[in-house]
Amino acid sequence: MALLSVDELSVTFGGVHGRKESTAVDGVSFDVDQGQVVGLVGESGCGKSVTSLALMGLLPGKGVKLGGRADFDGNNLLTMSQRELREMRGKEIAMIFQDPLSSLNPVVPIGVQVTEILQRHRGLKGEPARKEAAHLLDRVGIPDPTRRLKEYPHQLSGGMRQRALIAMAVACAPRLLIADEPTTALDVTIQAQILELLKELVDEEGTALLMITHDLGVVAGLCDQVNVLYAGKVVESADRHELFAHPMHPYAHGLLESIPRLDAPRGEPLKPIRGSINDRIAWADGCAFAPRCDYYTIECLTGTPALTVPAAAGHQVRCVNPVREPVEIATLETPDVTATAHGGTSA
Amino acid sequence: MTTSTKAAKIERLAELTAQNETSSGASLWREAFRRLKTSKMAIIGGVVIAAFIVMAVVGPWVAPHSPKALTWKDEVFLNRGEFVGPRGENWFGLDHLGRDMFSRFLVGARQTLLVGVVSMLIGLIIGAVIGVVSGAAATLGGAAGRRVDTVVMRITDIMLALPSLLLAASIAAVMGQSLTTVMIAVGVVQIPIFARLLRGSMLAQGSKDYVLAAKSLGIRKRRIVVTQILPNSLSPVIVQATLSLATAIIEAAALSYLGLGNPDPSVPEWGVMLSQAQRFFDNAPMMAVYPAVGIIITALGFTLLGEAMREALDPKLRG
Amino acid sequence: MLRLVIRRLLQLIPTLLGLSVLLFVWLNRLPGGPASAILGERATEAEVARINKLLGLDQPLYIQYGRFLKRIAELDLGTSTQTGQPVWDEFTLRFPATVELSIAAMIIAIAVGIPLGYLAARHRGGWLDLGSVTGSLIGICIPVFFLALILKGIFAVEMGIFPTTGRQSTDINATDITGFAVLDGLITGEFDASWDALVHLVLPAVTLASIPLAVIVRMTRASVLEVVGEDYVRTAESKGLERKVVRGRHIMRNALLPVVTAVGLLTGSLLSGAVLTESVFTFGGIGSFIRTAISERDYPVLVGFIMFIALIYVLINLLVDLAYSLIDPRVRVH
Repeated sequence: MALLSVDELSVTFGGVHGRKESTAVDGVSFDVDQGQVVGLVGESGCGKSVTSLALMGLLPGKGVKLGGRADFDGNNLLTMSQRELREMRGKEIAMIFQDPLSSLNPVVPIGVQVTEILQRHRGLKGEPARKEAAHLLDRVGIPDPTRRLKEYPHQLSGGMRQRALIAMAVACAPRLLIADEPTTALDVTIQAQILELLKELVDEEGTALLMITHDLGVVAGLCDQVNVLYAGKVVESADRHELFAHPMHPYAHGLLESIPRLDAPRGEPLKPIRGSINDRIAWADGCAFAPRCDYYTIECLTGTPALTVPAAAGHQVRCVNPVREPVEIATLETPDVTATAHGGTSA
Repeated sequence: MTTSTKAAKIERLAELTAQNETSSGASLWREAFRRLKTSKMAIIGGVVIAAFIVMAVVGPWVAPHSPKALTWKDEVFLNRGEFVGPRGENWFGLDHLGRDMFSRFLVGARQTLLVGVVSMLIGLIIGAVIGVVSGAAATLGGAAGRRVDTVVMRITDIMLALPSLLLAASIAAVMGQSLTTVMIAVGVVQIPIFARLLRGSMLAQGSKDYVLAAKSLGIRKRRIVVTQILPNSLSPVIVQATLSLATAIIEAAALSYLGLGNPDPSVPEWGVMLSQAQRFFDNAPMMAVYPAVGIIITALGFTLLGEAMREALDPKLRG
Repeated sequence: MLRLVIRRLLQLIPTLLGLSVLLFVWLNRLPGGPASAILGERATEAEVARINKLLGLDQPLYIQYGRFLKRIAELDLGTSTQTGQPVWDEFTLRFPATVELSIAAMIIAIAVGIPLGYLAARHRGGWLDLGSVTGSLIGICIPVFFLALILKGIFAVEMGIFPTTGRQSTDINATDITGFAVLDGLITGEFDASWDALVHLVLPAVTLASIPLAVIVRMTRASVLEVVGEDYVRTAESKGLERKVVRGRHIMRNALLPVVTAVGLLTGSLLSGAVLTESVFTFGGIGSFIRTAISERDYPVLVGFIMFIALIYVLINLLVDLAYSLIDPRVRVH
């Protein structure tokens, strides 16, 4: 059985004070196995971050409606009480956030922010807690950890801050780590280091990792299984190699094609996806991606397309007219972390 | 693909896309106004203010009796502590000199509004001029400008260090006791508040990218200030002006209480009425309650509207 | 830290000098000038000239200003025209009462305001939120002296729970050590005197607390609302920390930063409020004295008091700045 099994998860905001309801996550299903790295990929606004917050139980109680199931170790996270979730968070499931500066408390020393989780879940206090905290900082590659414990977030560099956050996340050896765009706010070289660190931790500890990103470079370097999200629904779900070799959904296809390539002939124009995520239609009416799609036909507008495995294809896709032609992605074929992290943003 | 199916396709698509479109194009002000209309605070505040203004305008005409004439002076005995409470003829009862309280209340609204508006305007206009000079000097004046700004801000610091009531009392002491003095005294207290607010707001706007863009395009500095920075800096000032109306009315009442108000007590004004009534509070508390409630509700109205405006204009609170 | 203190103290000098110029100009602009203030309005011209010469008012302005400064530096604030006593002595005599009242008011405002503001924010839209927001709006809009009259009327005159006026009952012979009546009783063991002083303090302190309380509730509420939306609070929650740790260490420690600044600024309005409150309750502190000084046109007292209050105000704000730099590590470095 999978460690985390998300089944038809939906998150709806609003509906109170006469506000219009909006569905951020619309029936998302995926599994994460022990030791597996699963990617949730999509543009900002596609519902990937909301998914992670829903799993952590960190969405506000008011004005949010949850649907479906999310079984962690057989227990549904969505119906757990806040008390149960508090026991679980940080200990069984930990999370790393996007912006390390704003995610650290500016007026509390780093050391306290690490030791507080050790005290909460491992009962460590005083000197043993400080020792363990220093060890954790050392583990995530922060030099001179004992001194750093007394420092405040603003005294650390961006990469250091993200390392400190990772140290907090792995402090209690959680079984599932959720990383929400952990490298977006960092410099490219630092991005590669952080990804390498995550990969190392996953390999050594056997932690499962749910990687939320818009960066296909990160996916190529890290993920075993990839789910592509569009407007709150999974539109394609595949093994990493499968996805990069044969992306079938026009959106996934477009994402891969839009990556600039070093080996492209000089002067060849870039191939962005047209429009933005705001140019969409309701899933109930048809494919939300249709307004931006190069392949769409009138059939695309007859209700929600199903997530199926088309004939002669190796994985699931939610599309009436799946793309059959492969993408040339020379730089991304080799899943080498350092190279792809560069590749994802600047190649 | 035939032309007709293609047309149908596009039409259907446009139709479906339109359904999902959000109203993101509205300007800050239009958006703020839209939010104001749905805010309960703003509606209550607006209704109270409207009622107050109507009373101030028509009050003297609809007052059933003369607010100044000592019509029933023979029915009030101060030395015996005998006062006349509400009755058919005099809805709010009589004051200590036998005048009709209801008429005085109605007529007094006009003076109260006058004091509030004039003192707020004194603070607003002078404060805004100082604020604009300081803000413009600080954002675009270079090193010399920053020096000007520092000096001006030090002066407002000094003014802020003085308790407003004492500052007002000192001004009243120099200028003698009159209604004008009250308005100037209350207004002067507001000057540093407006000046600092506008300067701060201009500084915040001055560091925005669009100002940098305008500068790099070689647009004249004065023009940048007038056409770019100033219009975008005004919203906190407008909010403060509304809130200041409330403060001004309360502060004017406090000055009256300290004996610095209008020297002609026959002219009805809520603050003056309240301070006169406090002497007889133990025997006739209602005499103080009517003008006090008038002041509180009016001040509340302006405060509610101001706060609602602040919320409506704050992009952080927009949802 | 010491360098910061020294630098901030030096920055005070221009502010206070500017203030002294303002006051000097003000004194010179008084109708009739000091001479008629001393002699009354029916003084003859010869008498005015004599007094002017006596006071050095016939000399150039800058010399007069220099002398004015010198006197202030020597704490010679002149003589009260009401009592004939040196202004400085009048202040030191009455100051403890006002300080005691202000501290009591500030304690009430902080002890009630911060928890209330927090609860209002956490239960946004609930009845507690609605109640405290409405209450604080009314607190800001109600004239202080009217609130004093109402409280006195209800709790002292009608119900008789609290005394109507004064700092202490006349039949209590308390030993005066510090001038703070409540504290003196505790020191000497005269607990009945302490209690008596405390009972006298309740209504004036509650009245005086109304504005700071209203401001603190609103600031805390707004600040907490902003902080709970911050990423680091989400991080704290994601660590599964206990509710009280999230509240204390992650929410309040950040949310209180702007409240600390506000408390400093509120002391200015507190002293204004004391003038009104004390006079309703005839409390016998500086406030009551100033109230009569205003109506009696006792200018030396007014000038001295303004100088005095401005000094207290800037000093308190200096303290607040320093306290701020202690609690916010981001400020400490710069």
